[in-house]
Amino acid sequence: MQLSCPMPKLDFDKITLGHGGGGTLSNKLLEKTVFELLGNDLLDKHHDGAIFDWEGKTAFTTDSFVISPLFFPGGNIGELAVNGTVNDLAMCGAKPKYLSLSFIIEEGLLVEEFWKIVVSIKEATEAAGVKIITGDTKVVEHGKGDKIFINTTGIGKILPNADININRVEEADVIIVSDVVASHGIAIMSVRKGLEFESDILSDTRPLHTAVESLITQFGKDIHLLKDPTRGGLASVLNEIARDSSRGIYLEEQKIPIDDQVKAACEILGLDPLYVANEGIFITVVKESISEEVVQHLRKQPHCTNASIIGQVVNDHPKQVVIKSGIGGKRIVNMLVGQQLPRIC
Amino acid sequence: MKFLSEYRDGDLAKKLLDEITSVVTKPWSIMEVCGGQTHSLVKHGILDLLPSEVNMIHGPGCPVCVTPMHLIDKAIYLAEEKGAILCSYGDMLRVPGAQKSLLDSKALGADIRILYSPLEAVEIAKSNPDKEVVFFAVGFETTAPANALSVLQAAESGVNNYSILTSHVLVPPAIEAVMDDEECNIDGFLAAGHVCTIMGISEYGPIVDKYNIPIVVTGFEPIDLLQGILMVVKQLEQGSSELENQYSRVVRTEGNLKAMEMIQNVFEVQDRVWRGIGNIPESGYEINAQYAAYDANLKFKVDIPDSPENEECIAGQVLKGIKKPKDCPQFGKKCKPEFPLGAPMVSSEGACAAYYHFSQAAQALS
Repeated sequence: MQLSCPMPKLDFDKITLGHGGGGTLSNKLLEKTVFELLGNDLLDKHHDGAIFDWEGKTAFTTDSFVISPLFFPGGNIGELAVNGTVNDLAMCGAKPKYLSLSFIIEEGLLVEEFWKIVVSIKEATEAAGVKIITGDTKVVEHGKGDKIFINTTGIGKILPNADININRVEEADVIIVSDVVASHGIAIMSVRKGLEFESDILSDTRPLHTAVESLITQFGKDIHLLKDPTRGGLASVLNEIARDSSRGIYLEEQKIPIDDQVKAACEILGLDPLYVANEGIFITVVKESISEEVVQHLRKQPHCTNASIIGQVVNDHPKQVVIKSGIGGKRIVNMLVGQQLPRIC
Repeated sequence: MKFLSEYRDGDLAKKLLDEITSVVTKPWSIMEVCGGQTHSLVKHGILDLLPSEVNMIHGPGCPVCVTPMHLIDKAIYLAEEKGAILCSYGDMLRVPGAQKSLLDSKALGADIRILYSPLEAVEIAKSNPDKEVVFFAVGFETTAPANALSVLQAAESGVNNYSILTSHVLVPPAIEAVMDDEECNIDGFLAAGHVCTIMGISEYGPIVDKYNIPIVVTGFEPIDLLQGILMVVKQLEQGSSELENQYSRVVRTEGNLKAMEMIQNVFEVQDRVWRGIGNIPESGYEINAQYAAYDANLKFKVDIPDSPENEECIAGQVLKGIKKPKDCPQFGKKCKPEFPLGAPMVSSEGACAAYYHFSQAAQALS
């Protein structure tokens, strides 16, 4: 990364309030970083906003990223900010096209860190085939932020044949998860101050649009719903689906794919992997008759090697998610209340 | 995962359940003492797999549930008014104090940190010499050695800005308190495996003899629990009362001598008030005179009175197993995990929270 994108020489090593003032300092910082790395025909106009032609059915989404630490095993806040919004568009059945990019920087952030973040934004946009076409940078006083916050807003075109809608979730539909769960949350936890532990667990931050596009191209309207279980994990997203579709969801715990190390970390930390955050997986609810085919197809797509059927939509227990444990017992899986807190023993 | 998956084996679980069903001939009430066991019973859906004759009663072994409210208020006071860095295990944070929880206080700007080990708190104290660092030392005998070790380490390395706010409770006196209550209807106990890992099992022999009840030291995985339940039921059906150890792969009869030595070095047994239950003689640890400098209760002399519990909360009777959470008129109404009236609705190890999830499941699956 550093070889292909050497950091430019700047006469300051920390970002200060002046860099958000809109004057010379702002220009100096942004020209040599954001515009240099992310430039394209629309962004290069430096106008108040981007002007472009657009038609057809559209998806539009926004997300803010406030993660600590900024750099974690498997990624950093920059690529997370791109992938998060790209994936939200993909979950609408859209092909992501343009993103806006806003920084709120806490005074004192090292330029070197900012550079690394922007480089990874560049790489993530290239991987996702999207352009940053407008943006904003503000700097706040020390103590008023947490190094850097990023907001991205995205727009994309709905894929032909896509019909993603909660109302299309029907009884007997099958629920498929695209890959192993809980990696992102545990990777972050492994480097969070006071909770550090050694592991090889990496965040799963990555774009999912290619897998989604191929799924919709292949199976069209038989893909009824797509959702990415980020904060609150699998449990919270499945509860949302149950609530919003007024149907029940029945899961089998043993079928949920999870990496052994992540599973072990969850056991040690007293966390339930169903509630741990993900950044690079999705859940799809599909017509029962194509479910096996969808799994086989997904497993050939990028980042979906462990795609698995994990459950089914049922008419029993409407609005509730029930899970069958490994020993055959059943329990309700509730929405996460507040944040997940590690247990004492 | 080795050493785990074999204790969650579906076929083995079914065999044990079949055996329990074939052995049991009449109703029995069995208390699992430890909140970790309650959590596991609920998480793996064991309660609805057991034959109807086996009535599991959830015990007082939820450390955050029995920590007195005034100690939570004191922890908040130390963080807010004394500017201390207050370190705690995670599930203590949501438990309501008189006015607010530690989580509320954190949101208002107090420096409250979630840790997995008190030894990290000693490190925090070393790197913040101008601040007082207090670890909220909550728990049963299981967490006592680590808390004792943190005091020993602080003393050894001359760290003077570290102290612990102790709320240590002990299992054997709690079992006696449950048995001594005239409304008690417990026929047998699953003792807490991890507590016995530290303390050994000898403390339970006299209780077995005194009350003529079976006690089986039991682990936390589904197979452990089913095996423990089977062992208790077998004893009850045969009319015997013995001390048995289901968790022998972890629990040695004599316990962990090194851990016990650390506890003895730093703590002494004293009377303790259990939230919801009241005073139980000789049921807790306090720091001894030698290490008094590390006792946050002595270091910060503030008198925070115990506030009255919410009148509508029946946590005490629930913790003693006299009432089930569903007997509470506010259960699932005014009192839910997101708006708890009492501590047992907060922790995933609390009986009310466990029942809240379980009863929903029972309703949904009926």
